[in-house]
Amino acid sequence: MEIKKLFIENAPVDSVSEIQPGIHLLKVYSPSIAKNSRPGQFCNIKVSETKFPLLRRPFSICNVDGDFIYFMFNVYGEGTKLLSIKKKNETIDVLGPLGNGFDLDGNYKQAIIVAGGLGSAPFAYVTKSFINKNVISFIGGRSKKDVITYGLLNIKSVTEDGSLGMKGNVIDLLKNNISEIDIDNSRIFACGPNAMLRALKSFAMENSIECYASTECAMACGFGICQGCPIENADTDGYKLVCKDGPVFNVKDVVI
Amino acid sequence: MSQVDLSVKIGKLTLKNPVLLASGTVGYGNEISNFTDLSRIGAIITKSVSLKPRIGNPPQRIVETPSGMLNAIGLANVGLEKFIEEKIPYLEKVNSTLICNIAASSIEEYVECTKTLDSQTAIKGFEINVSCPNVKDGGLEFGNNISVVGKITEKVREVTDKTIIIKLSPNVSRISDFAKVAKEEGADAVSAINTLVGTSFNIFTKKPKIFNVTGGLSGPAIKPVALAKVLEISRNVDIPIIGIGGIMDWKDAAEFMIAGATAFQIGTVNFINPRAGLEISEGLENYCAQMKLDKISELTASYLI
Repeated sequence: MEIKKLFIENAPVDSVSEIQPGIHLLKVYSPSIAKNSRPGQFCNIKVSETKFPLLRRPFSICNVDGDFIYFMFNVYGEGTKLLSIKKKNETIDVLGPLGNGFDLDGNYKQAIIVAGGLGSAPFAYVTKSFINKNVISFIGGRSKKDVITYGLLNIKSVTEDGSLGMKGNVIDLLKNNISEIDIDNSRIFACGPNAMLRALKSFAMENSIECYASTECAMACGFGICQGCPIENADTDGYKLVCKDGPVFNVKDVVI
Repeated sequence: MSQVDLSVKIGKLTLKNPVLLASGTVGYGNEISNFTDLSRIGAIITKSVSLKPRIGNPPQRIVETPSGMLNAIGLANVGLEKFIEEKIPYLEKVNSTLICNIAASSIEEYVECTKTLDSQTAIKGFEINVSCPNVKDGGLEFGNNISVVGKITEKVREVTDKTIIIKLSPNVSRISDFAKVAKEEGADAVSAINTLVGTSFNIFTKKPKIFNVTGGLSGPAIKPVALAKVLEISRNVDIPIIGIGGIMDWKDAAEFMIAGATAFQIGTVNFINPRAGLEISEGLENYCAQMKLDKISELTASYLI
């Protein structure tokens, strides 16, 4: 078992930009975490030194560029509101890299990315890390503004209201494009709302496609001590921890 | 470098400093070792162990609240057998004082766990959890009942000579009465406080945010309550108190000692800053030097009221 290196870095903000309405991209200088991270891992960020908000907040590593890390977020609560107004050279306290990330290696030929809404966050880093894979990205959202394609390739999009791409959800989109999927030689990499992951799990199992999903759960520490982020085992009683055993799981191993 | 004596005595134990890492906030020591040198911590209190493994509660187990958090983990733990086989060997190497927290759903289970663990030389003391708010059997039902707390203490005392700490619930009307009973039945110390029962709702779904409906509130939000409980015990019962409740830095820790604590535990802060234990120990050393204290123990119950 590989020993994971974890770091706490007081990372200076390089920029916070709004890449599309409501969607922010934070770029920080965090060399140790950048060097040691893998696609699909996450960091737990303390956005301020104050006691409110108290806990760190988990964010997928969206991208890594040299000594810089990118995180993608929307303004949802107090923590993300504070992050969205960070100025250059203000610092944030970043703990990471956490979790296991996506396993990109293997003999499969086609990499299928499936993401809903902010579930696109980890896939810029994932996409650029593929070696000799045909990548196809199925990206969904409620509406046009929720479809996030930052850093993605070969994109097919779907919206619930039909404002962009096909009208429906990502499973409809996958079924609609089934002829483009090389079922015996593909692997799915997914992230998004639980309802989407649940439907995707059924789709992948029915079609015998290997499928890995990045999951989400409220957590405190991010490294296994608070036991706050359980995800149910598919085959035995009990739970795994999203932070330490995940956040990426083979969908057949967990109840989503 | 100052020459402050940071050591404190809890029952039969002399700890190198008054910083204890609270049960359930350090796992079994291995994860937090990524960030901090546990050998410089006064004592580590392991995650509650019960006779049989417990899988814990379904999600959601945690929710953040203003300057605090609610948790309802449900005492997830590997059980006594695996704890001895798999966890103690690592903990032995850590070179900090090891205190084992025991949770149970009957008096007999407390006794059996304590008796079995008594022969483990790595374990120097026991913290008896009579106050977990998040399990159906035992837990708070015991912590609320003064005669049961007395009985548990008495029976556990019969099977070990090691230091016994009773972890008290704040969800009672007079915590000092419970401390008094613990002392009378042979406990060496009490730790106070465990979490306060709380809840939180999603206003759109009208459902509780935590699966267990209620959880235990911890963090800075509970510090004034915890301080008042420590003070109440300190003024009414002559027993060493280990203060707990929202300590984030050395200033909070000093406050607990002034209010009556001999030592203190840090919990929630470990999730946010896993290096907090060492930082607090260093901060207290400087504070003692500044206050011209030779021994940190002089700080205990030094309040001027």
